[in-house]
Amino acid sequence: MDTETANKTREVLSKTERITGSEAIIKCLIAEDVDILYGYPGGAIMPVYDELYKFRNEIHHVLTRHEQGAAHAAQGFARISGRVGVAMATSGPGATNLITGIADAQIDSTPLVCITGQVPSHLLGTDAFQETDIIGISTPVTKWNHQVTKASEIPEVLAKAFYIAKSGRPGPVLIDITKDAQFGELDFKYEKCTGVRSYIPTPKTNLESVKAAAELINAAKKPMIVWGQGVILGEAETELKAVIEKAGIPAAWTIMGASAIPTSHPLNIGMVGMHGNYAPNKLTNECDVLIAIGMRFDDRVTGSLDTYAKQAKVIHFEIDPAEVNKNVYADVAVLGNSKDSLTELLPLLNENSHEAWHQEFKDLYAIEFEKVIKDDLHPTKEGLTMGEVLKEINVQSGGNAAIVSDVGQHQMIACRYSEFNKTKSNITSGGLGTMGFALPAAIGAKMAAPEREVVAIIGDGGYQMNIQELGTIFQQKVPVKIVVLNNEFLGMVRQWQQLFFDKRYASTEMTNPDFVTIAKGYHIDGKRVTKREELADAIKEMIASKESYFLEVCVEKEDNVFPMIPSGASVSDIRLS
Amino acid sequence: MNEEIKSFTISIYTENNIGLLNRISAIFQRRHINIESLTTSQSEIEGVNRFVIVVNITEAQAQKIIGQFQKQIEVIRAYYHTEEETIFQESGMFKIKSDLLFNEPQIQNIIKESNARIVTVNKEFFVLEKSGRRNEIESLRRDLNIFGIMQFVRSGRISVTKEEMKITEMLLAFNNQ
Repeated sequence: MDTETANKTREVLSKTERITGSEAIIKCLIAEDVDILYGYPGGAIMPVYDELYKFRNEIHHVLTRHEQGAAHAAQGFARISGRVGVAMATSGPGATNLITGIADAQIDSTPLVCITGQVPSHLLGTDAFQETDIIGISTPVTKWNHQVTKASEIPEVLAKAFYIAKSGRPGPVLIDITKDAQFGELDFKYEKCTGVRSYIPTPKTNLESVKAAAELINAAKKPMIVWGQGVILGEAETELKAVIEKAGIPAAWTIMGASAIPTSHPLNIGMVGMHGNYAPNKLTNECDVLIAIGMRFDDRVTGSLDTYAKQAKVIHFEIDPAEVNKNVYADVAVLGNSKDSLTELLPLLNENSHEAWHQEFKDLYAIEFEKVIKDDLHPTKEGLTMGEVLKEINVQSGGNAAIVSDVGQHQMIACRYSEFNKTKSNITSGGLGTMGFALPAAIGAKMAAPEREVVAIIGDGGYQMNIQELGTIFQQKVPVKIVVLNNEFLGMVRQWQQLFFDKRYASTEMTNPDFVTIAKGYHIDGKRVTKREELADAIKEMIASKESYFLEVCVEKEDNVFPMIPSGASVSDIRLS
Repeated sequence: MNEEIKSFTISIYTENNIGLLNRISAIFQRRHINIESLTTSQSEIEGVNRFVIVVNITEAQAQKIIGQFQKQIEVIRAYYHTEEETIFQESGMFKIKSDLLFNEPQIQNIIKESNARIVTVNKEFFVLEKSGRRNEIESLRRDLNIFGIMQFVRSGRISVTKEEMKITEMLLAFNNQ
């Protein structure tokens, strides 16, 4: 928005005026600094689209090819920028198609505001055309939802929606607006929401608990940090780095926490969880103090809880009181925003280096390198590995790319081997494991941060779950780079079938189309790589491209991702082969 | 943590908004917890609703679901209490044929002894109301069942806690934050 328009908008918003509900919706969005939203029109939301047409110079609506794409694009937008992502859809199927994205945003704490049209209020409950109870359907997967049936409610409800989505532990909010409320008139005046009386977004940091945490950390011989997305959402990257460096604590991350501290940092000891690194998983059961920061002890992180870090005192820094003692008992719980809590913690910590302890991580890394990493990144066999593709992307992008991954083997490889220099660089579906996430999320990420290189890493399965969004990329000219790691299998399921179901490959083999031709059909330039000697040049060409680019890499069909903690096993039982 | 399954009374103070019951019941449903009884009404504070829900769960489960309730935007505060910590009762209503009142003199004794109240009497039927503990209402139902009950209904538990709830102070604190 240019300055003149911005001033005009501010002027419009500051005084009361008589307008329609649908115009009010757009003005609320503008007042919340929304300049891009993703959606799909339809009958019950048409009055709002009519206003979007009138306000097309102020607010850019991106027509995705499916409402699920709109929800994921809004997620990608939010994840890379820290801003609220906005998605819009019509009633009935439009609204239900948003649900997967909303559920994904709920479990991964992504701030979204979703606006759905609804049948006119006099038809509610009559099984009207395209009527669905989207409030009922979305209740378990939203942080808050609300149905608006009167135009006059719109400003207050939307202000509340943005406040709730972004504050505290972020999450998705759905606002369902009946068509008569969109057509109706109101005296419009917008005031931003600054509080809701029944809602405490961020508990105040209790200094006593910070002191107790500091005492445990200062007395620890083998402390270990596991951080999660709470560090990124709380913008506490600098504070975390300072804590790690001052106290010399080896620090590992969950996939949602990836990139908060650069990969190359000497105290960054890698990823925890099912396909995480060997050392941090093994040593979770050796440390004496486990410091969890902004993470929620997901079962994919902990494996069997009965054998998880039982020897350690656990300190849990957490914004959401419901997460404390939910899965792992915390000896000390520090409630509050990670930035505030770590700021209080830092001066109380003693300087330390824990060299011998750190050496244990290095020794185990050497084992993992020998048994797994070497073959992933520097393979000697004929077939291409997913790992060497990631390694080449690291080299060509200088570790500055934002990696948007889908779900499956390639996701684990992308999280394990991406080199991150900047925070908010790993955008993936962590909690829900939504195949089809990456392509639309990459669109949102690139539009929110056009200055960044955005590379989507997708498997051949997940790619075809939202492949229609190539149309959005083409129409909007979004210069995202798309890498499909094609093993002609639903690789992760196939891996489990191989390891746990005696190689009975039930419905995991994919007969795939010519992906490059499909991309070219959307006027997206692309290439298919089948040989190692072609890889570096192809990735170089892709990164150099100023436009969107599609790269298919045909990788070894039956490679497995290791290390692996089998489902329900202990972190100590992590397998290297 | 105590793993014994006990009867807990959960009290949830909420804003009076459409859809909140759905949000609250979904939290039980998702964890496969059966609701023994659920009552919702106006609380002591104007505009604030109170849910009283009885469930049989472990204390560890109770603590965790309280966290989930409090996390909901429109929930002001949630608590769990044991039976010893609350004063509670239920209410039962019985619709019975009026001629029994005259033909079966024993019924009059049952009414008297049970401290049940006659709500209404007409030519066809009379209605009895009995408030108290579940076993008292159940015992009255058994006694009357011998003669025939046209309709019976029992309410969910209503309860107040022995300890102070301090919701008004909490709301003031919200407003001042």
